[in-house]
Amino acid sequence: MAIKNMFTKQKPKKIKYATIPSEAAKQDVPEGIMQKCPKCKKIMYTRELQKNLHVCFGCGYHYPMKAHERIKSLLDEGSFRELDAGLSTANPLKFPDYEEKIAADQKKTGLTEAIVTGVGTIDGYPSAFAFMDSSFRMGSMGSVVGEKITRAVEEAIRLRIPFIIFTASGGARMQEGVLSLMQMAKTGAAFKRLSDRGGLIVSVMTHPTTGGVSASFASLGDFNFAEPGALIGFAGRRIIEQTIREKLPEDFQTAEFLLKCGQLDAVLHRSEMKEKLSFLLDIHQTGGGER
Amino acid sequence: MTGLEFEKPVRDLQEKIAELKNFTSTSEVDLSDEIEKLELRLKKLEDDIYNSMTPWDRVQMARHPNRPTTLDYISYLFEGFFELHGDRAYGDDAAIVAGIAKYHGQPVTVIGHQRGRDTKENIQRTFGMPHPEGYRKALRLMKQAEKFNRPIICLIDTKGAYPGKAAEERGQSEAIARNIFEMAGLTVPVICIVIGEGGSGGALALGVGDRLFMLENSTYSVISPEGAAALLWKDAGLAKRAAETMKITAPDLRSLGIVDEIIPEVRGGAHRDAKKQAELIDEVLQPAIKQLQMMEQTALVDLRYEKYKRIGGYAEQTTGLKD
Repeated sequence: MAIKNMFTKQKPKKIKYATIPSEAAKQDVPEGIMQKCPKCKKIMYTRELQKNLHVCFGCGYHYPMKAHERIKSLLDEGSFRELDAGLSTANPLKFPDYEEKIAADQKKTGLTEAIVTGVGTIDGYPSAFAFMDSSFRMGSMGSVVGEKITRAVEEAIRLRIPFIIFTASGGARMQEGVLSLMQMAKTGAAFKRLSDRGGLIVSVMTHPTTGGVSASFASLGDFNFAEPGALIGFAGRRIIEQTIREKLPEDFQTAEFLLKCGQLDAVLHRSEMKEKLSFLLDIHQTGGGER
Repeated sequence: MTGLEFEKPVRDLQEKIAELKNFTSTSEVDLSDEIEKLELRLKKLEDDIYNSMTPWDRVQMARHPNRPTTLDYISYLFEGFFELHGDRAYGDDAAIVAGIAKYHGQPVTVIGHQRGRDTKENIQRTFGMPHPEGYRKALRLMKQAEKFNRPIICLIDTKGAYPGKAAEERGQSEAIARNIFEMAGLTVPVICIVIGEGGSGGALALGVGDRLFMLENSTYSVISPEGAAALLWKDAGLAKRAAETMKITAPDLRSLGIVDEIIPEVRGGAHRDAKKQAELIDEVLQPAIKQLQMMEQTALVDLRYEKYKRIGGYAEQTTGLKD
């Protein structure tokens, strides 16, 4: 009896110490060692999360992935040869404060621009690749992004190999105005050229893929995939809500929503990405690229 | 006629002249000397104002409610325009008109964005902002033109693709992307002319061709000046500044190497005389088609690729600045 009492007495004590954290404190998990899932709030070791390809153990939320991490997670070790690393932004419209913004993001991310391109292999199958990185200017597409994609596609044509792109972009780069719009035409024309020569094109849309990027190369794969939960769409949610004067459903413009609308071939979990790409490369070894 | 803000001095002077003329005809006093002087001044004033239009003035001109639309130009430029409808998958989008016609006796396919000329028509045509089925109708008829070896003429005049729920569900992105992709490979001449507003991807989906022309007071941009201002400076009121910074006018695009030729406008804007404006378009369009028709199909596609490949401004470590 006495022992039982001991336990019951301790219970209210615990409640006494519990505090209701403020909204800010809830998000405030020390960066580096631990990370909190923005969706289900699960706290995880950063290193464990990295090993899990930046996918939450609790709810399967796909964190944005850096270009170089993606390369590491998919390509055969040491097979990646980067292309056009020397291309950088020149502020063609002389847009105020643009150079400063680019320089700041270069420092922050260690990237020269919002995309890394190159050639490499997956399970021994060669392909040209482009990996967009949303941590650089929201992955927006300016002249450099357009030119690097176009050159990587040209390399795929030259080497008669497929082209695989991972998109992550808010759309056009405002500071390059109509020049950034024209990159949609440039990349689209390059895709057409590769496609006409029988080359395989795979597009994997990751969070977010919107605006001019979604309305050009991202939608032009022979296969169009997306990562779970990725935001994909042409117009922004707010603009649509203002135009049609109604509230949009919660899942509007998610990968799953697009799959339902018939706009995607499949939604691929990061854990199966390599296997599926490898299978596609295997299947298209003959026929594609050999015309 | 609806006047624009920057044209006010011209309007004021015109009114004054009209007043004096009226006065002369009804009273004994002869003011014809005065009137002559004022008319000279008016001419000079018009020169000054229309020769020094700011980007924002041009935006107003491009959006003028009376500005001629695709169907207006079609009636002046082509014979026997036969409108064709539908994308064969979902529906017919009235924001894009398309069909076959004769141009100086020769068969062509004509496609263009179509704004409404009044509120009722604007609602029916969703203000010239297409849905995916509009772009797919356009593509269907471009492929048809390719099959029968007809040149394609695209008239661009849209604020952008329609931002709506249904448009997204039916694949607005894919429809635009597909048009860009397929237009890049068409084996017939494609000539695109911006006649009013060229708004973003919604314009580009009819805008990949061998030649891009712009009317003098048309605009072509990645986002509206209002949108750019809201996005960049969190203030849509700075649209005027955005119009200047974003480089959206015909002369801007000419200097960026995107536009091949600027088509001059009737003084005071295309809306002053649509028929005359059509003639000015004709003067540029006819030789362009002739020239392109002499080219081999493969050369046409290759040159079109090179044309777009050149567009952009970036730095390259080994060779320095390139544009």
